[in-house]
Amino acid sequence: MTPAPTPSRWALWLPLGLFAVFASLVLVGLLRPADRAVKSAMIGRPLPQFALAAATSMQPGVARADLADGKPHLLNIFASWCVPCAVEAPQLRALRARGIDVIGVAIRDKPEDLARFFAANGNPFSRVGADNVSAIQFALGSSGVPESFVIDGRGIIRYQHIGDIRADQVVMIAARVAEAGQ
Amino acid sequence: MMRALLLASLLIATPALADSTMPPAPYANVQLEDPAQEAKAAALMASLRCLQCQGQAISDSDAQIAGDLRNQVRLRIKAGEDPEAIRAWLIDRYGDYVSYAPRVTSLTWPLFAAPLALLGLAFVLLRRRFTRSAA
Repeated sequence: MTPAPTPSRWALWLPLGLFAVFASLVLVGLLRPADRAVKSAMIGRPLPQFALAAATSMQPGVARADLADGKPHLLNIFASWCVPCAVEAPQLRALRARGIDVIGVAIRDKPEDLARFFAANGNPFSRVGADNVSAIQFALGSSGVPESFVIDGRGIIRYQHIGDIRADQVVMIAARVAEAGQ
Repeated sequence: MMRALLLASLLIATPALADSTMPPAPYANVQLEDPAQEAKAAALMASLRCLQCQGQAISDSDAQIAGDLRNQVRLRIKAGEDPEAIRAWLIDRYGDYVSYAPRVTSLTWPLFAAPLALLGLAFVLLRRRFTRSAA
């Protein structure tokens, strides 16, 4: 049996060093959780072809041509059963008041539920299409409701907003739409 | 009295459901008629990430958007589309994150290269050891 070689000073501190690296990794992960939002890869690309029937009898449905008509639009994907969508409604009305055309797509929704939703939260939309199988979400790379897309006059997707538009984001969204109109 | 009131209020109160009341899409929870096509769809659905509950595949998830994606996958398979073409279509829209089957890209190649490099290193080290003992 040979006597165990005495470890060098360096090797003695190695486990502590490794532990410090590990602990700092854990800390960083805890203090700065990763952004789990799945962003669309369609930004800068043309809107895919789609045509959705009217969601209610009050307004027409939406097709691609309605969004690529030379003017920028805000395409809002929402639903009457979605709580953040009700929270977002005043901001959409504010954008409408700024002269922005807001076009809605209602996901898996019923006309009577939509009528109730509009009665309670107002209706900022010029058109509302019905998508009962979330097809437009998959086509746009959208992963939930509400989401808003800024579409320029040529039908190019310029910006994706994931989640509800907060009151302090109205100006930013309006600027994005104005930018898309240039 | 208070208790009765509280209990009554519990009965009246409805939870703030954030889900659609619509029935699921036609093929969300219904298998395709052709078993071979259903097998293809099932294999694909097990390797696509649910966009809402991101730890689950769409085949495992009860999220409505997962049901809608299962519907779309089954309809496309039924129409004769190749499963890998459907996966590519989704990656084109959501990025690599939507697929559980990793691709070799400029970012992920070390994942695939590392085991090969380690095997190569092990081979070199072992050969040196064996040739030494033989000598």
